[in-house]
Amino acid sequence: MSWLLALPIIVPFVTAIFVFLLRKKGAAGRWLSVLGCSVLLIAAGSLMAATWRDGVVAAQMGGWPAPFGITLVADLLSAVMVLITAITGLAVAVFAIADIDARRESLGYHALFQILLAGVCGAFLTGDIFNLYVWFEVMLIASFGLLVLGGDKAQMDGGIKYVTLNLVSTVMFLTGIALLYGLTGTLNMADLHGAVQQVENQGLLSVVAVIFMIAFGVKAAVFPLFFWLPASYHTPPVAVSAVFAGLLTKVGVYALIRTFTLIFNHDIAYTHNILLAVAALTMITGVLGAAAQNEFRKILSFHIVSQIGYMILGLALYTPLALVGAVFYLVHHIIVKANLFLVSGVAKRLTGSFELSAIGGLYKSSPLLAVLFLIPAFSLAGFPPLSGFWAKFLLVKASLEIEAYLIAAVALVVGLLTIFSMTKIWAEVFWKPHPEEISPELSMIDGRTRLALLLPVFALAALTVTIGLFPEPFVMFAERSAGQLLDPAVYVQAVLGVTR
Amino acid sequence: MNSLILSAATRILVGLMLLFSVYMLIRGHNEPGGGFIGGLLATIGIVLYAISHGVAAAREALRLDPLSIAMGGLGMALFAGIMAVFFNDAFFSGQWAFPFAEGDDKGFPISTVLLFDIGVYLVVVGAVLSIVLGLEEEV
Repeated sequence: MSWLLALPIIVPFVTAIFVFLLRKKGAAGRWLSVLGCSVLLIAAGSLMAATWRDGVVAAQMGGWPAPFGITLVADLLSAVMVLITAITGLAVAVFAIADIDARRESLGYHALFQILLAGVCGAFLTGDIFNLYVWFEVMLIASFGLLVLGGDKAQMDGGIKYVTLNLVSTVMFLTGIALLYGLTGTLNMADLHGAVQQVENQGLLSVVAVIFMIAFGVKAAVFPLFFWLPASYHTPPVAVSAVFAGLLTKVGVYALIRTFTLIFNHDIAYTHNILLAVAALTMITGVLGAAAQNEFRKILSFHIVSQIGYMILGLALYTPLALVGAVFYLVHHIIVKANLFLVSGVAKRLTGSFELSAIGGLYKSSPLLAVLFLIPAFSLAGFPPLSGFWAKFLLVKASLEIEAYLIAAVALVVGLLTIFSMTKIWAEVFWKPHPEEISPELSMIDGRTRLALLLPVFALAALTVTIGLFPEPFVMFAERSAGQLLDPAVYVQAVLGVTR
Repeated sequence: MNSLILSAATRILVGLMLLFSVYMLIRGHNEPGGGFIGGLLATIGIVLYAISHGVAAAREALRLDPLSIAMGGLGMALFAGIMAVFFNDAFFSGQWAFPFAEGDDKGFPISTVLLFDIGVYLVVVGAVLSIVLGLEEEV
């Protein structure tokens, strides 16, 4: 079992070493990166199968028993996040074949990308809160490298904002860990679940909870800590920003869900009400911010913020149905968001810019791309029968169930405003004629490059449609996963009950 | 920097620092120290050399690209962890060999733990140097 859990971390690291050696060899490095992601997908799939069969699986690295050693643990939420990381990673690795230039490759794009994947998988799989911090650092270093790689001025500007604010968050996180360790004397998350209940000063525990909330809040880009995200995500190449958009903020959301279901559920009326207000404000500011933008990727970046609000909403309501919605939303959002960024990359390829005013005419000349944009865009806005509809439906239903009418109304209105932004992109990029009167056709790109660009977009869109048309198995999965989150006893038993 | 005192002192200090970093690395096995702190010490030595003799000279003295050093170290550390698979242990379980062991005497114990620590040492040296030297060159 130990190797099953470790493989999603080992595979990207090993791949990183070899693609780094091949960084000046061009094609070989690219294909090795794709191969590494495929192996990661297989490893993640087997982990998924094991968690589906056994519930929660855990292993102690190096054979030191919990709570002293390094624990890796996967419940259904971790497993599905690792699986979706592998899927997104594979899609972006294929896209990168056509998107990343030789200079960035020779500087080590593929190696950094693989290290980023290892960091993300590590964060999802660790059972120890200090190790979570370490994986955050791994992610931060790799993502900073990717952000500034091949650095033009805009990239440096975005990179500095990104790394500064994320460092502040990391310091907060570390402070929180230190305080928590002082209070309880343990850092193993399963062990913490029991230990926090014996802390005498429950007020101090709430303070620590809020520190964690701020630290993860910066990572997840919630209101009012989100401003680094729209400032940096539109600067690097698309193959970088797509993986950032899909995965990085979601690690913050995952960390919030994990800590605020497993550790900090001592005073739900206090902590989860803050989260509820944050969720509502995040949804609203994100979508309003997007309405004010006129650059393809900036609009999408603000929508990440707004969508994060929905996931936090699911956590904040803290009912079984709401958590089902949150898990479902996480999975759906990663696929859709990464895909929209990839589409923006293809559109830039064809029309020459990300500025909405400078491009256009794609509907007439490349109808296939128009359809491939509509699927994730409508899904993001929550149109039936796409995946976003079910995700929003679950969350709104959960709010109505506990008679939180205001928050349900906010969720619906934000959905409506999302359509407004998507319509803006649609009208500007696809419908209106190109200002320079060129007709950007897909056939302008040569065959193999076109395949590398469109295949991942197509695969992710197909996944969105599949989730939309056959939501039942996915909802059932989310239900089981939410059940595990609400009843941490199984998780604790799995971690502390095994000896190696 | 053009300072005779600094460059003369550096010639001695760099050697001492590198030596001390290796001592720290090996001492870390049973006492405070280890790959991370050893790597930082070695980095300080090389950065000192870069300040007094210039970044180009420091890169030449390294012979290898700092990032390659880091990746090599990552490879060693991972290899040390993966060794456990051959002995049917959990990932990262330390594997030991005791050549020349006789009775109670443990002989000359060597382990994958040390290999891991050397890997960490190289990762720290490579990663920190690629950042610091990169920043020095910008200016």
